[in-house]
Amino acid sequence: MAEPTHNRTVLVLLDPAGEVRSSVLELLTLGRTLGRVEAVTLEAPSVEALAQLGAYGVETVHQAELPADLRGDSRHLSAVVAAVLAAAVRLTDADVVLAPATFGAKEAVALAGRELGAGVIIDAAGVSEDDQGHIVGTKRVFAGSWDTASRVTTDVAALTVRANAVVPQPAETAVATEVEGFVVNVAGNLPAVTSRTETVRDTDRPTLEEAAIVVAGGRGTDGDFGPVHEFADAVGAAVGATRDAVFEGWYDRYIGQTGVTVAPRLYVGAGISGAPHHRGGMQASQVIVAVNNDPEAPIFEICDFAVVGELSDVLTQAAEVIREHKAAR
Amino acid sequence: MRIAVPVKYVPDINAERKFVDCRVDRDPGVGTLNELDENALEAALRLVESLDEAEQASSEIVAVTVAPPEGDMALRKAFQMGVDRGVRVSDDALAGSDYFGTATALAAAVRRLETEAPVDLVITGMAALDGLGSVVPALLAAELDRPAVTFAKKIALLDGSVEVTRETDEAAESLLAPLPAVLSVADTANRPRFPNFKLIMAARSKEIEAWSAADLGLDPGQVGTAGARTETTHAAPRPEKPAVELVQDKGEGGKALAEYLIRHELV
Ligand SMILES: Cc1cc2nc3c(=O)[nH]c(=O)nc-3n(C[C@H](O)[C@H](O)[C@H](O)COP(=O)(O)OP(=O)(O)OC[C@H]3O[C@@H](n4cnc5c(N)ncnc54)[C@H](O)[C@@H]3O)c2cc1C
Ligand SMILES: Nc1ncnc2c1ncn2[C@@H]1O[C@H](COP(=O)(O)O)[C@@H](O)[C@H]1O
Repeated sequence: MAEPTHNRTVLVLLDPAGEVRSSVLELLTLGRTLGRVEAVTLEAPSVEALAQLGAYGVETVHQAELPADLRGDSRHLSAVVAAVLAAAVRLTDADVVLAPATFGAKEAVALAGRELGAGVIIDAAGVSEDDQGHIVGTKRVFAGSWDTASRVTTDVAALTVRANAVVPQPAETAVATEVEGFVVNVAGNLPAVTSRTETVRDTDRPTLEEAAIVVAGGRGTDGDFGPVHEFADAVGAAVGATRDAVFEGWYDRYIGQTGVTVAPRLYVGAGISGAPHHRGGMQASQVIVAVNNDPEAPIFEICDFAVVGELSDVLTQAAEVIREHKAAR
Repeated sequence: MRIAVPVKYVPDINAERKFVDCRVDRDPGVGTLNELDENALEAALRLVESLDEAEQASSEIVAVTVAPPEGDMALRKAFQMGVDRGVRVSDDALAGSDYFGTATALAAAVRRLETEAPVDLVITGMAALDGLGSVVPALLAAELDRPAVTFAKKIALLDGSVEVTRETDEAAESLLAPLPAVLSVADTANRPRFPNFKLIMAARSKEIEAWSAADLGLDPGQVGTAGARTETTHAAPRPEKPAVELVQDKGEGGKALAEYLIRHELV
């Protein structure tokens, strides 16, 4: 990967700090192409997290010390995360802030940008620098049908970056990681968080945002996600759905413009028509495959390979062949 | 209850969307009301409808857009759903605004509305479907120094406060904010109503109020291209994909699928 041409400091948001998600490992990898990476966190990193940060070249983690009334559930409010990011930039004189593309991080990055007078790019698919040293964010827009590049014209750049932008790569030499506290004051009008339950993820499967293979089911499943799960297990995929399937109560997470954005190596859509809203969240996938019993299904327009047929027959048979193939290896 | 609903004029997602000279093409032939703002309008209408008759009579919902004159189309759709007023903030100085410029202009419009009477709630959509930023609501709240409760799925008014539940990627939460506040509404919150004939007819004759940057006391250096901190330097359509390899299932379709994946080393 390219060596940075400028002596920049790049701050990566580590939230939560218990585990370093692969999206954060990507940000650290990307950050090293732009400058020296440091991390900023709202809670104490776990021992495992520190080891991983060291392997990725992070010498310093800046841990925010928040006012007492904001140490509980309120610390997850985007305005609080924004205050932490802005204070960390001032403390370290950082040039670039990188955060994952979660809903909360987008708001936090924008609010920090407001506080710092920094240019903001939301959901970049790649980050680089131009020949004048400006930070450039590339994006896939309009349901993946256009590529754009925008450059940040201010001194500080703050970006959220989509998962699967780069392949995570540890630094050439690992370093020892130190945690340093810094005091953060939060101004402004905040709502009260009256309850908060963290989402528990299915640990048997990769997470939807970060999976290399995604299998999605739509209205064509008619409520039976059995074949979708069977096929997903055979190929080691994460499972997603369309908004219609989620509104029917058949599955809990949907892919698309207003749902999760995925950009895996392989996307398989079963019983999905391919509405523009759905495409917006998956069209950047490298290989797109569909099973649909309508030979005119719009999703075929963006597919590499597709089967016209009953999804339960096709997925079940495919899963069997793949299991046999894997067993024979 | 007085509610301002910022609505955006965007290219229709079902039309051929494109860039012209690195700017989103806002040709009136393909422009429409951002669909996700229909959820915001629906939420505003339901909140007012939940009030008693006297309170309903003194309530007002104002749709506000920052857009060139073509943006009137978005306000017309808002009228069709049942809003009372439509305001368009237009100015050459606003062209090319980034998130910050847009939030600054919207905040100035809300402040101007406040000179008439207090605005209790600003209710936005969860994202604009052209840029999918999902950041203007939080920025607007900061500009107005009001609490932000974003991505709301359930919304309840409780005696001077608004209570919201939401489900983000990380957690399910309940948030409580005193009014005045800024709210953004998730697409899972409600199903927007279809306009009835009476409202469609009435919408035709409603007057749209046009405000300029000067009317709002906006500094032209803070908004539009002049104030923007990012600059789009490249926009190009992606190359078309080669035609799909289509297999008809006659009993071996699953096998063909598996073989395709194995052959391309995808599994
Ligand atoms: C503001 C807004 C935002 C939205 N955001 C999203 C979003 O983020 N994500 C999203 O997914 N949707 C979103 N939608 C909904 C979207 O417009 C479509 O309605 C939805 O994606 C369609 O889901 P589907 O493909 O499952 O259903 P359908 O369009 O009904 O398609 C079902 C398909 O299954 C096929 N089929 C039926 N039976 C079988 C069978 N036995 N075997 C094989 N194939 C079969 C049919 O031929 C058909 O092509 C949004 C809508 C709005 C208004
Ligand atoms: N130009 C605009 N005019 C009015 N409202 C806007 C504008 N841009 C954004 N908004 C509001 O902010 C929400 C989120 O937009 P964004 O942050 O751009 O994705 C939208 O759903 C609108 O309610």
